[in-house]
Amino acid sequence: MSAETIAAGSRGTAPLSTAQLAARVAADIRPGSYVNLGIGLPTLVADHLPADSGITLHTENGLLGMGPSPRADLVDPELINAGKVPVTELAGAAYFHQADSFAMMRGGHIDVCVLGAFQVSISGDLANWSTGSPGAVPAVGGAMDLAVGAKRSVVMMKLLTKDGRPKLVRECTLPLTGVGCVSRIYSDVAVIDVGPALDGEARLVEAFGVSHGELEEMLGLGLASGQG
Amino acid sequence: MTVQLARTALDAVGDVADGSTVMIGGFGPAGQPVELIEALLAQGAGDLVVVSNNAGNGEDALARLIHLGRVRRIVCSFPRQVDSWHFDEAYRAGRIELELVPQGNLAERIRAAGAGLGGFFTPTGFGTPLAEGKETRVVDGVPMVFESPIHADLALVKAFQADGAGNLVYRKTARNFGPVMATAARRTVAQVTEVVPVGAIDPETVVTPGIYVDAVVEIDGATTLAGAQPAQRGAAS
Repeated sequence: MSAETIAAGSRGTAPLSTAQLAARVAADIRPGSYVNLGIGLPTLVADHLPADSGITLHTENGLLGMGPSPRADLVDPELINAGKVPVTELAGAAYFHQADSFAMMRGGHIDVCVLGAFQVSISGDLANWSTGSPGAVPAVGGAMDLAVGAKRSVVMMKLLTKDGRPKLVRECTLPLTGVGCVSRIYSDVAVIDVGPALDGEARLVEAFGVSHGELEEMLGLGLASGQG
Repeated sequence: MTVQLARTALDAVGDVADGSTVMIGGFGPAGQPVELIEALLAQGAGDLVVVSNNAGNGEDALARLIHLGRVRRIVCSFPRQVDSWHFDEAYRAGRIELELVPQGNLAERIRAAGAGLGGFFTPTGFGTPLAEGKETRVVDGVPMVFESPIHADLALVKAFQADGAGNLVYRKTARNFGPVMATAARRTVAQVTEVVPVGAIDPETVVTPGIYVDAVVEIDGATTLAGAQPAQRGAAS
């Protein structure tokens, strides 16, 4: 939590690279936590968790104690992660079935989950499973369970879409994954707190290469600053 | 009830009626009972309702089952894959119904069926399109959605070992949906890498007790598909 003591805008003169962003997310995860990393961008956080942190990774398809990718000659098709990518088991790992895996989430046993997002609202609503475009084949997987189940759900994303639209919005326009479930957004240009407890105003925690005012202009939203 | 130790996948799958609901284990390729699905293809039943986390990859057996129009409806959490072209095509053409279910709800609805429960209230999906029209209730201050059990006529699962009593042990993340699906179907068929004698599996390590398993077939690499050829139908009683 030491990063939170740094005043908004005081750190970083440029937007974060993807690796820097992953490291920034990792820095806020407490030693000893049980953590689920969503598929896509959040997967990269694993590379930045200190080996001695005692952090245990959960993967929804039934493994606690997930390790990194195996050497090519040690790939086991029956040992994969939620993205269906080969992984390894660490000492102390445990396997379990799907009902147990999702009970761990809904039951509040997972301390942190890091999710990707298409949109997040000021009140912490999350949209990350459907672009809503006609003809798209829908798929939801474990996103809805994770978003509402973990003790703390945070989002890791680029703050703007490829065509420059903000992904932090007043109200989500895409189909929701969960209501009021996200508490913090980690993005390339800012860390921003959101959620139902904030009385309708997102709060800038830290900015990277942009001023508070520039960020508000980028988002078309007012942002409170600092810790409340 | 004794467990059928089937000689071939086709014998293990047995007669499947048109219109049956079939649960198929697996998360992606891990735990997918490929040879049992091949046998279902060969067996010929159609108008099926399939309950499965995914909707087939590439030209695999589930994808072909869909491509051949044998699946009327699929209950699924993540049908879209980079190589799910057969499902995508059938879905866009309106040739297959999709009930999209959050993955944890899918697992728990199957578990509820196996445990004889009438459903459950869950926070998952509240306020989202996947909960539209469903009963809601606030429990201990948390808004929840009612989800109903999912039963099946047949469950096809893959495990690592079975003994002659039908007890199953799984392997790594191939366990996934097998243990819950095995409980929720009127008939459960397991394909395993190895059938071992009764007593050879430590009772402390059994994951699926034999009470849930009706038939077991050992699938041994290269010989696996032999039993799924249509020409051999009826060859064994």
